[in-house]
Amino acid sequence: MSAAARIVLVLVLVAFPLIGGDFYINLASQIFIAALFATSLNLLVGYGGLVSLGHAAWIGLAAYTSAWLYLHLGLRHWITAPLALVNTTLIAGLFGWIALRATGLGFLMITLALSQVLWGTAYRWAAVTNGDNGLSGLTRPAPFGISLDGPAAFYYFSLTVTIVAVWMMARLVNSPFGAALRGSRDESRRMSALGHNVWLVRWLTFVYSGFWGAVAGLLFVYYHKYIHPTALSLTSSAEVLLGVIAGGAGTIAGPIVGAAIVLILKNYVSAYLDRWNMLLGAVFVVIVIFMPDGIVPGIRRWSARLRKT
Amino acid sequence: MQFWIVQSLNSLALGGLLFLLATGFSLIFGLMRIANLTHGALFMLGAYVGVTTLKFVPNLWLAALIAGLLVALFGGLLERSILRRLAGNALGQVLVTLGVSFIVADFCLIVWGGDPIPIAAPTSLQRPIVVGNIAFPAYRLVVLGIAIITAIALHLLMERTRLGAMIRAGVDDMQMARAVGVPVSRLFTTVFCLGAALAGAGGVIAGPIMSAYPGLDADMLPLALIVVILGGVGSLLGAFVGSFVIAIIYTFGSALLPDLAYVILFLPMIVVIAFRPRGLFGRRST
Amino acid sequence: MAFTRRSFLQAAGVGIAAFGFPVRVRAQTEPIRIGLMTVKTGPLASGGIDMERALAQFVREHNNTLGGRKVEVSVGDSAGVPAQARAKLQELVERNKIQVMIGPLAAAEALAADDYIRSQQLPTLSVAAAEDLTQRNPNPWFVRGTSTSAQSAHPLADYCAKQLKYKRMAVIADDIAYGHEMCAGFQRVFEDSGGKIVQKMFPPLTVPDYATYLAQMKTNIDAIFLGFAGSNGFRWFKQFNEYGLKGKINVVGGMTAFDEAVLRNMSDEALGIITSCWYSAELDNPINKKFAAAFRNEWKYDPGFYAAATYVEAAVLEAALASVNGKIEDKPAFMKALRATKIDTARGPVAFDEYGNIVGNVYIRKVERKEGRLGNAVIYTYPNVSQFWTYDAKEFLKNPVYSRDWPPAKNLES
Repeated sequence: MSAAARIVLVLVLVAFPLIGGDFYINLASQIFIAALFATSLNLLVGYGGLVSLGHAAWIGLAAYTSAWLYLHLGLRHWITAPLALVNTTLIAGLFGWIALRATGLGFLMITLALSQVLWGTAYRWAAVTNGDNGLSGLTRPAPFGISLDGPAAFYYFSLTVTIVAVWMMARLVNSPFGAALRGSRDESRRMSALGHNVWLVRWLTFVYSGFWGAVAGLLFVYYHKYIHPTALSLTSSAEVLLGVIAGGAGTIAGPIVGAAIVLILKNYVSAYLDRWNMLLGAVFVVIVIFMPDGIVPGIRRWSARLRKT
Repeated sequence: MQFWIVQSLNSLALGGLLFLLATGFSLIFGLMRIANLTHGALFMLGAYVGVTTLKFVPNLWLAALIAGLLVALFGGLLERSILRRLAGNALGQVLVTLGVSFIVADFCLIVWGGDPIPIAAPTSLQRPIVVGNIAFPAYRLVVLGIAIITAIALHLLMERTRLGAMIRAGVDDMQMARAVGVPVSRLFTTVFCLGAALAGAGGVIAGPIMSAYPGLDADMLPLALIVVILGGVGSLLGAFVGSFVIAIIYTFGSALLPDLAYVILFLPMIVVIAFRPRGLFGRRST
Repeated sequence: MAFTRRSFLQAAGVGIAAFGFPVRVRAQTEPIRIGLMTVKTGPLASGGIDMERALAQFVREHNNTLGGRKVEVSVGDSAGVPAQARAKLQELVERNKIQVMIGPLAAAEALAADDYIRSQQLPTLSVAAAEDLTQRNPNPWFVRGTSTSAQSAHPLADYCAKQLKYKRMAVIADDIAYGHEMCAGFQRVFEDSGGKIVQKMFPPLTVPDYATYLAQMKTNIDAIFLGFAGSNGFRWFKQFNEYGLKGKINVVGGMTAFDEAVLRNMSDEALGIITSCWYSAELDNPINKKFAAAFRNEWKYDPGFYAAATYVEAAVLEAALASVNGKIEDKPAFMKALRATKIDTARGPVAFDEYGNIVGNVYIRKVERKEGRLGNAVIYTYPNVSQFWTYDAKEFLKNPVYSRDWPPAKNLES
């Protein structure tokens, strides 16, 4: 993206709440959360070649931890947020240690199983999670005394967090560590032979990905002020994975585009079209047929071809 | 005592059902390395097609055959038109197979509505078999029998036929199979159709137990994956043993450890993958 | 389905144009914007689609006019997912500018939307049964013309103990709040009437096969109470028959277990089963006769719980709108009118308690075959049942909300 295009994009994002109605501002906030969440999964799927079907675990864990600390211990947001992040990251460390014993389909299944265990726990351990009733009565934080209850305030908050998070993750990808990670995806034997600890590279990525997933989880629970076991479900994990792949795994822009498409179809188009599930499926099929690597790489390839001719 | 006998029978019957569900998935993955995530949707589609077929042909086995053929046709089209362009593109396969699942699920909701629809067992099998003070549904025993027959038939297919020899060659070494003249393209379509047919027919045969209802696809897909991962992908024996292991764990686990009902199927899988990533009978890493 | 936002807008627009209203009174002739929060995709779609059909029928029967004003209906599909219900509600409020909501369907959806409903001060006519929304944490913008989870289970327990003379019973339900609350209410009244609940089972929602739960079921009981909703009760009962248990153990059902929607796919095996609900398609009152006949005529099946729920809520809405002359903009007055509504509806007479929950009849019903189809024939009526049953409201509210563990089950046998 050229510098000019970047400036225009930033201006549009900053000005949007001034022109959009409440509904569209809130829709944009949800897109930011989904985009951050998808970007965190992309570290594993796109750059590490590790397809996880359990990423919803991090949204759910962070959201439940933060909600529980607030409701049961009455802690303030500036304490609950770091505790939720630490707790989620620690569990990501443990899960990564178990899951990375496998690769390929085995990795997909073990991440699915681990997240399903959390999902079951959220349903069954009602003393902590309030089971199927979910945890309600939550609030949004007020950083520096600024209330986030209004749509525009929350919009700027989630936009800022998402930009910082994506920038941090992009930095990792473009660092020597990122090169090692891509190497572990493409040439894991050679990387080992060259003296890299492939397992450690993958594990650190898993943990880092879990951490940013947890950040998305905090935004999620702040936005909804409610958390229910469905946030941990297989459907949630599948949805974010599909967004990453549809947009283009292994690119920075891809997961953002993909997550936005899924969210817009689910929350916006469904108001006009009863058969939005079918449309969602059809969109995925069409993407695969015309852009097998996802939208962003597909468009890049097309525009490169156009330039040549 | 009665509890143990009935639950053991339950485990066997459920194991049979799981085998019918999972073996097609295993077959496709073993040869083509495609994680066919439409498998749950094909199973459900089979059940619903069975519902409609039974209105015209009042015979469950015939309905299962017809549903199997129709679902195989659908699977073949899917393989020919889309999946074969995606060889080696695992992410694209995930996207397209789940996308097709969404379409199939929504299609079923439009055509058959949102209410559960029963599928009747053959009249002669509707009454339970009673021995002493133990009653057990006759149909479930038949399902177990069908699963065993299917397993034997697939085993013979693999070991005794030309098609089986080609499949085995492909599973072991695709390059080599191609080099010695195995028509890989046709073989892939055949195997994909066979896997889809097993799912579709399985949906009908499971019908008198499960019924056809929206959400059947999402309930079944994880089960198929668990069985296959536990047993080892691409291994017929693995799918067979995996089915019964899972059924036993589920049946007794839910009864004896009700607090673990939600995780009872996933905990053993975590342990198996963590210590034996290839599954119990897997020949090579997934 | 001729029930889109656009068609209503057009109908309303044509109405305005045809009568040539001058522009300055347009504010009052602007249509009232109703939101229906329902489920049209996923496993709960069957009930959700019936909700939409019943509301469409009601609005059509009233010529698109409630309380003297045209109405415009916007429909939100939550897919049964709580977070999505909240997002959809936001859309209905912020984009479609709805002034009143009917729905949502499931308890967790109502809980997810609760704080938003309060902050937007959105009058809500709930179908969801979550107890505490009209009990310990009552939402002032809430009325519920259907029932709490346990409201229909209490009378059934009374009926089982006193009329059917059951002494020992088991309960089984989905492992969700709705199932827990229903079983808890049933247990409390049954045990207070001298019965014993000796076994409680809560299989997870996504159980593949109920065989293992059937094998655990005690056989030395008089009956088992089913607290299922949707397809799970249907599958449990099929398998119950498969194991030859029918005739050995009696089955009684909560308000959704043998709903008309489930019965239409059942056969004679369901005959004679007793359930309780605040509605039956067989109810013999003029409003229901008209409603059920028209619904059956259009869709070729009987209206059940969800269709009736929406139809009743719409009737309550209409009565309240009429009493404020259509001035829904004055929210406190409208809310007051909603809660003061006292009318006859398809379910019988309707009135509300101070928490916004219905006081209405609960019917004991028996599955019978009539004109070739299965229906829930009414065999006994508990008139004007409150959510607190016969307990004192203050005392009732001092206890914790009904759950898996409350009231404690003292008579369980292992």
